[in-house]
Amino acid sequence: MNPSANSVVYNTPNYLDAEGGVRSWLFTRDHKRIGVMYLVLTTSAFALGGLFAMLIRIELLTPGPTIMSAMTYNRMFTLHGVVMIFLFMVPAIPGIFGNFFLPLMLGAQDVAFPRLNLLSVYLYLVGATIAVWGMIQGGADTGWTFYAPYSTTTTTKVVPILLGAFVIGFSSIVTGINFIVTTHTMRGPGLTWDRMPLFVWSIYATSIIQVLATPVLGMVLLLVAIEHSFGFGIFDPARGGDPILLQHLFWFYSHPAVYIMVLPAMAVISEVVCAFARKNMFGYKAVAYSSLGIAFVGFFTWGHHLFTSGQSAFDAGIFGVLSMFVGIFTAIKVFNWTATLYKGAIKFTAPFAYVCGFLFFLVFGGMTGVALATVSLDVHWQDTYFVVAHFHFIMVGGTIMAFLAGIHYWWPKMFGRMYSEGWALVAACTIIFGFNATFIPQFLLGNMGMPRRYYSYPAQFWPLNVASTAGASLLGFGFLLVLVYLLLSLKYGRVAGANPWGSRGFEWNTPSPPSALNFPVPPVFTHGPHDYQDRGPGEEPSPTPPPEAQHA
Amino acid sequence: MPEATTPAIEPPLAHHFVSMRQQTEAARLGMWLFLVSEVLLFTGLFTAYAVYRFLYPTVFEEASRKGVELWAGTTNTFVLITSSLTVALGYHFAKEGRGKLAAALLAVSLALGFVFLGIKAIEYTNHFHEGQLPGKFYHFAEVQGPGASMFFTLYFIMTGLHGAHVVVGMTVLAIMAVRAWREEFGPVHFAPIELAGLYWHLVDLIWIFLYPLLYLI
Ligand code: HEM
Ligand SMILES: [Cu+2]
Repeated sequence: MNPSANSVVYNTPNYLDAEGGVRSWLFTRDHKRIGVMYLVLTTSAFALGGLFAMLIRIELLTPGPTIMSAMTYNRMFTLHGVVMIFLFMVPAIPGIFGNFFLPLMLGAQDVAFPRLNLLSVYLYLVGATIAVWGMIQGGADTGWTFYAPYSTTTTTKVVPILLGAFVIGFSSIVTGINFIVTTHTMRGPGLTWDRMPLFVWSIYATSIIQVLATPVLGMVLLLVAIEHSFGFGIFDPARGGDPILLQHLFWFYSHPAVYIMVLPAMAVISEVVCAFARKNMFGYKAVAYSSLGIAFVGFFTWGHHLFTSGQSAFDAGIFGVLSMFVGIFTAIKVFNWTATLYKGAIKFTAPFAYVCGFLFFLVFGGMTGVALATVSLDVHWQDTYFVVAHFHFIMVGGTIMAFLAGIHYWWPKMFGRMYSEGWALVAACTIIFGFNATFIPQFLLGNMGMPRRYYSYPAQFWPLNVASTAGASLLGFGFLLVLVYLLLSLKYGRVAGANPWGSRGFEWNTPSPPSALNFPVPPVFTHGPHDYQDRGPGEEPSPTPPPEAQHA
Repeated sequence: MPEATTPAIEPPLAHHFVSMRQQTEAARLGMWLFLVSEVLLFTGLFTAYAVYRFLYPTVFEEASRKGVELWAGTTNTFVLITSSLTVALGYHFAKEGRGKLAAALLAVSLALGFVFLGIKAIEYTNHFHEGQLPGKFYHFAEVQGPGASMFFTLYFIMTGLHGAHVVVGMTVLAIMAVRAWREEFGPVHFAPIELAGLYWHLVDLIWIFLYPLLYLI
């Protein structure tokens, strides 16, 4: 980033060694440690959600009852959805990579409000604990959407689950505020908006949605909890309440929330694509602004979840058309990423394998989204496995692929060690193949009319369900593989060095792992991000690898 | 909110900021964003109000005429607006370094906050006696029919949530009053009291929307 950084000697210890002991972690204000805490917490949540998913798939292995009762099944899919969405998908990428890399990319020493940042971790932890406590008490059986009147009358423990999600919402708001303020006020000298890494742009757009949409969800969850506990009648038709209002308010958050989940994924992909194609991003501005475009349009499309819920045909038409605009912005990004790859000097590494998976799944999932936004088609697909496959294609195929791309790309930076590249490629292939085997059958099942959220099904759906369960097992195995070799690399991995990929992202201009004080001297930015353009002779080849950390 | 508890007369510059100006700007922007998210928290309720008012226009009108005391709402509006004025003056004097005067003005605001809560408590007691209660507890004979209890459901949730904000705001004002009394603020260091003031104005502003919706129309 700046020539002067190269002459700087890092004589401060790295952030992992800087202070020892549990206390130093529990009370840390260091954004990098907070990122690591999010990594541990959200991946644990992911494991829990994955466990529920496997139980669901095992139940669906045979047409009749397999391992559980209908009631248990209802709880399983509810808990799976709640854990995956609120405890993993929403907080994971911003919490882990946003915290770790946003300040490094901006040349800042930390986020704007380090104490609030720590508070967000604890809010997450408290929320997650309340929710898990609710699960131990018996869980809920409403689905993650908490539609009334069922959610307000069921005898299962919805209230702790609702309150857990409510508290986690505040964690999300605090993180969002922190990132917006950091981006506005903490950029290093010379880092103008049009030099900001695309990761920052996308995380910034995500944060805007988090600040604007999450409070509305918080209110809705609270209202459902109040209604369930006290019978105030807000959504109860017998007392003049309107259950559809709940759906509107819920999706006013939850549709933008799907962009809270996918924009950070796009953030990661933009970085990884440039690093492994060794080219500047094609159409930097288009990619940057399309993030804001998605964030904006995302607020006006929630009605596509209510096509069959009693909304007027006129509204349905409008919402259908508006939903398709999101496809346009997404397509802009996809075209730019592929154009960046075109004639790039591609290095086929594990992170890049996940990028390929991501691009394919996002396009496929996005197109099925556009198909679903077509009202006449949606009437047939609503509440079938087609919808389930659609959002899993984007959430698992998109966000989780990006998460895996990011973790493989940044692992050496975060922990200073390389993992086994061979095993990483094996795992990537397993995961991508397992993913297709799990969800392509679900599209077919949905199209044949298999409804979602039932624990048994007619025998003609059997073969495809077996395929789906087999795929899910492969997927789960792939994730375990990743966990194992990443953990092993911490101890046995080769020391990575400051910049093993030769990436020109700003964050690679620090030692690996970065020093506790990010930069001994605030860096000066002299050019844009992802700068792979060849420079004339005599010009500073930028960035040259910075000096190795001086710690032991 | 952010950095509101740093106890020092000369503001310490946190290690991660390069200048005082950057630190103040960050705190200010953070506060505004927080206020935006607070507004959106209430937006869900305002939406619910709009929908139900649209569905039950006559019952809502009747409930607002017979169910709530106009004098109480009006008095409270004046009380809150006055308290906002005293907070603004307190901020002004704190910035000039006249800590004792600022503390006194904040104390007046705090007292007005108590008046507000007192009047609200009288109102709530009346509602309990008259049976003007939400949902299944509703038994107010004068206004009946579909949607009648909904007005009071929304009334209680909205004023309840607002009341909680008043309590939080009063706590913040109390802390600021103590700190002003100790002469912690001056021409350089006034961000905490500024942010506290902003929060109190927001609490006030939300009431200014609640008042017409619940008492006037
Ligand atoms: C190209 C843009 C997209 C369009 C046009 C689109 C459209 C739709 C439509 C119309 C539905 C409603 C289907 C139904 O219930 O019948 C839907 C459901 C859903 N979509 Fe998308 N979608 C898009 C992208 C995304 C993204 C990026 C995500 C997540 C990261 C996502 C996640 C979901 C989820 C979670 C549901 C269903 C929720 C539920 O009912 O449980 N979608 N989408
Ligand atoms: Cu949607």
